[in-house]
Amino acid sequence: MLLGRVIGTVVATEKYDGLTGVPMLFVQPLDRMGADAGKPVVCADSTKMAGRGELVLYEGGREAAMMLEPWFVPVDHSIMGIVDEVSRDGWRHENGDRS
Amino acid sequence: MILGKVTGVVVATIKHPFYVGRRMLMVDRLDEGGNETGAYLVAAAAVDAGVGQTVLVVDEGNSARQVVGDSSAPLRSLIVGVVDDVAID
Repeated sequence: MLLGRVIGTVVATEKYDGLTGVPMLFVQPLDRMGADAGKPVVCADSTKMAGRGELVLYEGGREAAMMLEPWFVPVDHSIMGIVDEVSRDGWRHENGDRS
Repeated sequence: MILGKVTGVVVATIKHPFYVGRRMLMVDRLDEGGNETGAYLVAAAAVDAGVGQTVLVVDEGNSARQVVGDSSAPLRSLIVGVVDDVAID
């Protein structure tokens, strides 16, 4: 899994059946020290609770689809959890605090 | 499998049920010389590893699922060993 920050939402009413009710969020990947790194990706949110600005854990590939219910859906990135804290020396989240 | 060094703990209360009760550790990737590559990942821990320890990480879903014995686990990166020594000729 990797760390990311939710930077926006994506709404698509016309989409694959299994994905109804699954929020789609834009996530900015972070590097190991908490800085933005790489291009944002659209993630399905398996927690259905992540909000803008929140720090999340996300996974790619088949595991991304396996987080969802039903899992046999065309998804290649999913949010696995909402991070409370990253306890790593020097880790700094963009808005300064640790979460 | 890849070599890594545990550099932090990630705490998340709201998460996929599989990860409830599992430690999630930040692991910096190491190359064969033990140097940090700059890359990292957050792995679940199948064996207890602490910050600062060098670890062996399975970074592929099927293998990780076999280790935890759960064929539907949304799991890819799993710490499966704590490394004592690396010797390269």
